[in-house]
Amino acid sequence: MPRLVVDVMLKPEILDPQGQAVQRALERLGFDRVASVRQGKRFEIELAEPGSVDGAAELGRDMAAKLLANTVIEDFTVRVEDDAG
Amino acid sequence: MTRIGVVTFPGSLDDRDAARAVRLAGGEPVRLWHRDTDLAGVEAIILPGGFSYGDYLRTGAIARFSPVMASVISAAGRGVPVLGVCNGFQILCESQLLPGALTRNNHLHFICRDQKLRIESSRTAWTAGYRPGAEIVIPIKNGEGRYVADPDTLGRLDGDGLVVARYLDGNPNGSVADIAGIANPAGNVVGLMPHPEHAVETLTGPGTDGLGFFTSVLRQLVRA
Repeated sequence: MPRLVVDVMLKPEILDPQGQAVQRALERLGFDRVASVRQGKRFEIELAEPGSVDGAAELGRDMAAKLLANTVIEDFTVRVEDDAG
Repeated sequence: MTRIGVVTFPGSLDDRDAARAVRLAGGEPVRLWHRDTDLAGVEAIILPGGFSYGDYLRTGAIARFSPVMASVISAAGRGVPVLGVCNGFQILCESQLLPGALTRNNHLHFICRDQKLRIESSRTAWTAGYRPGAEIVIPIKNGEGRYVADPDTLGRLDGDGLVVARYLDGNPNGSVADIAGIANPAGNVVGLMPHPEHAVETLTGPGTDGLGFFTSVLRQLVRA
């Protein structure tokens, strides 16, 4: 069955205070090469029916635009993983 | 008596206070449930604060697709006054009844305090009873109250006088241009981060400065 992976990130121009907090925590732990951190969301969606990869990608974009992302403040990418093979 | 609907979503917190504010202002509150599609003939609607559906995904994102919201969106389009407070404001933005979005406070803390505001517009159903420029104090309590919008939207909000209230004496969450509340161009839909329903009597609030939101809409509905 194909699986959709949808990554949602705040747009670059939107302040990400959570990412900044993670960055400061990493620095406190001694990771001194961290230049910046942005935090996002990843959705893994198993599809119930077999179908074309193209159709699955279209479905994923539809889900992301309607619910998974708020396109006022977030960008998304969709990819289809087919583990049937 | 004028009937004003107060919607309860799973996770709403301020629905009782909103209903109480309607009663103290002289209206009849009508409790609506998130599964309702019939708005029971109410003449205005309040979306209260809280954490609808646990605020999973994004604040207001799941509430926006609840059955009651289809009816609220269609009522708003017919000019029915709709006020969204805090989580209600977030739901109105997710529903695209209002532009922009509410994001996590810039300092990451949940804030809960009395907040001074300036009423910027009295040309809305919910602020008609305030003098423009009036300064009021009502509680604010949120973790995700930082209003953001793109420059075009901000220009339109400013140019068309759609900013309803701004924060005074310190911006509590990093909202762009100190915006605390906005309206749609028709003025029937208003979203506000601070809580007027918590400032309707001196016993339980910082004062009665919030009562004007409820008396404003009642006066307008009686006149109509």
